[in-house]
Amino acid sequence: MDGTYNGPARQGPVRFVSPVTLNLERIYTQNRINIQKRHGRVPEPAPGPAAKGKPRLLLMGQRRSGKSSISSVVFNKMPPNETLFLESTARVQKEAMRSFMDFQVWDFPGQLDFFDPNFDQDAVFGEIGALIWVIDAQDEYLDAINRLNMTILNIQPAYSNINIEVFIHKVDGLSEDYKLDIQRDIMQRIQDELSDHGFENAPINFHLTSIYNHSIFEAFSKVIQKLIPHLPTLEALLNDLCRSCRFEKAYLFDIVSKIYVATDSSPVDMPSYEICSDYIDVIVDVSEIFGWAPRPEDYVKALEGPPWNKKLEDQTGCGAAESCIVLTDQKRPIMLREVNTYLVLVAIMKEGSYEKMPLVTMNVETVVKGLLEVLEITKQRNGIEDGR
Amino acid sequence: MGQEVSEEQGPSARADTSTAGGSKLTSLIAQARASANAIPRYDPAYHSSSSASDSDDSSDLDRTMDNLNLQDENSASSPAAEPRKQKKKKVLLMGKSGSGKSSMRSIIFSNYVARDTRRLGATIDVDLSHVKFLGNLTLNLWDCGGQDAFMENYLSQQRQHVFSNVGVLIYVFDIESRDFDRDLLTYRSIITALSQFSPTSSIYILVHKMDLIVPQQREELYTNHVQLIRSKSESFDPVAFATSIWDQSLYKAWAEIIHDLVPNLAEIEQHLSSLGILLQAEEVLLFERSSFLVVSSWASEVGAMNPTTDRFERLSNIIKNFKQSTSRFTGTPKSAEQFSLFELKMVVFSVFIVKFTTNTYLLVVLPPGEERFNCALENARLAVKEFESLDSPARRGVERGAGEA
Repeated sequence: MDGTYNGPARQGPVRFVSPVTLNLERIYTQNRINIQKRHGRVPEPAPGPAAKGKPRLLLMGQRRSGKSSISSVVFNKMPPNETLFLESTARVQKEAMRSFMDFQVWDFPGQLDFFDPNFDQDAVFGEIGALIWVIDAQDEYLDAINRLNMTILNIQPAYSNINIEVFIHKVDGLSEDYKLDIQRDIMQRIQDELSDHGFENAPINFHLTSIYNHSIFEAFSKVIQKLIPHLPTLEALLNDLCRSCRFEKAYLFDIVSKIYVATDSSPVDMPSYEICSDYIDVIVDVSEIFGWAPRPEDYVKALEGPPWNKKLEDQTGCGAAESCIVLTDQKRPIMLREVNTYLVLVAIMKEGSYEKMPLVTMNVETVVKGLLEVLEITKQRNGIEDGR
Repeated sequence: MGQEVSEEQGPSARADTSTAGGSKLTSLIAQARASANAIPRYDPAYHSSSSASDSDDSSDLDRTMDNLNLQDENSASSPAAEPRKQKKKKVLLMGKSGSGKSSMRSIIFSNYVARDTRRLGATIDVDLSHVKFLGNLTLNLWDCGGQDAFMENYLSQQRQHVFSNVGVLIYVFDIESRDFDRDLLTYRSIITALSQFSPTSSIYILVHKMDLIVPQQREELYTNHVQLIRSKSESFDPVAFATSIWDQSLYKAWAEIIHDLVPNLAEIEQHLSSLGILLQAEEVLLFERSSFLVVSSWASEVGAMNPTTDRFERLSNIIKNFKQSTSRFTGTPKSAEQFSLFELKMVVFSVFIVKFTTNTYLLVVLPPGEERFNCALENARLAVKEFESLDSPARRGVERGAGEA
């Protein structure tokens, strides 16, 4: 399943600038130039490169291709089979995601014409993080491709740094071979058309997706990861953790959307992603069942009394949720640790390593501290922006 | 290990059971069904030479017949005194064709998810399965195909065969059924037959497919239905549930049904409560291993204050769904044991689920605290011994008889 990422390799560690920073920087320059052209003067440069940075994801595509379904399933936790009843979108739906990093998702109606002169292109494409173009693989897709090409060619001159992600959608029920055929065909058509217009090596990535399995989350994870500042740092932390604790795979998940924000450098395989994301569900559900509060006061008092004589907070190992499940098969444990309100760390451990759990817990503790520090840096900047 | 449900083998097992059903039929009402619908049968004289499972079934039958007159005595009262087979109470699963009997059975006992049940075909005749549920309770589950032809057959030719020695009748009503009056009529005749052969059996009514009804109307429709059904139940006092395979309501209903069937429940409950007090737990739940139904539960004063009242069935649902994921991940069969320990430590509580005796898992909810948690986990492991005797894995008759005496 890892063939879904066919885009160019991510920028190497030559420059320690995260792609998003770079992108926002470029966009900013680009906007300035645009404004300059129009008004004949240069606006004040903003402090810091990512000053305008609430990255935005645009969902576009033909009508009935599944854009609203995607955003409902991924961001609103709607069960996939209920998306059948979604009305077609009449106007742009803007949704703000408050998570470890704030970003917005704009769901565009399929019939909208972006190149109407009344349409404010700057407002739409100005702060874009990624343009997600959804193509229905079970339908005639030639129209969709033509429109995508038109869109790219139209926005290309003014906004040359947009990440374009093509979701070849609704691929559940298609055979493995057929999927790849379709993907190849679509890629070919788009690249050909663009290079005919003198636009070589367009930064376009392709993903095979379906809302009925985890592929849509996987694809979104890859899209979002490009928008994360300090991604290399996060990945390095997870790599270290995997090495020191001999984890098979570690993921840093966004709890609500089940998008993984970062993972270690070993290849992502679908089963491990699925089990980890399902495990989060279990934890959330179980904690909902038993996590009622507040417990009666005299009860808490009794608990804090002898023989422990400690505050309840001090009796626990850490102030966040910790969990572990040992699978009978090969005695493989999966561990989970809450990082903050939005993020959770899930890792699949090597077989039989439950005995070393205390050590693992300690290592995880350290890594979580590191992660929090990294996130803190990002957050502070956001705070300053909000103040502005 | 002896817990696997015999219908795990799917369609092939189904063919088997129809054979067995046929054979019983012949011995019961010899020659009555000369031109039956292609159900193979064999001569009772060949019992001894038939395959292992068949002979087991037929001996089962013989014993059933021998014991016909003492069938409905409560086996829990003096378990050691009675022959082993006596414990095999019959659980009849009946209802109109297409009402969802086999679907719910597959979900509860064979680890299907709701989606998978679309693949199930119509049940032909009676689908017999022996579900080992806690070592010394074997459910003798009769999933009776609901098409009219079969129904007539149960009520006439196979009447005694089907309705004798019934411990529990589970009757499934389809809430969406267009002809509810007719369903009631069938139900009525079933009740009559049951009162004739097993007057002491208990009845559970499942009003099924509730998910298809608009939420606002559910309550009203359900009460109406139940009222009507009750009025047709003669001397029986059926217990009714609104169910759907798409949510946890199914687990609630089945947990209640199973709860009433476990013979030494009082003993288990007593042990469980002393364990709960020893562990200083807020709540202790005992789950059956493969169906993950709550067998028994204990809650402390504080644990009982939990506002989530449907937590048992929700837990069953959550864990069963997760077992599906783990089975996909590990590539092991869904019926296999999937995990041995689950622990979760939060700020307000901690909880663990541990593989307990052969057929059970134990869930313990504790107040927060590392030391408390570790002690409780260790103690729970030590307590396994005490419970092992209550839930003995299928040991053979003599041994068990000795154990219980």
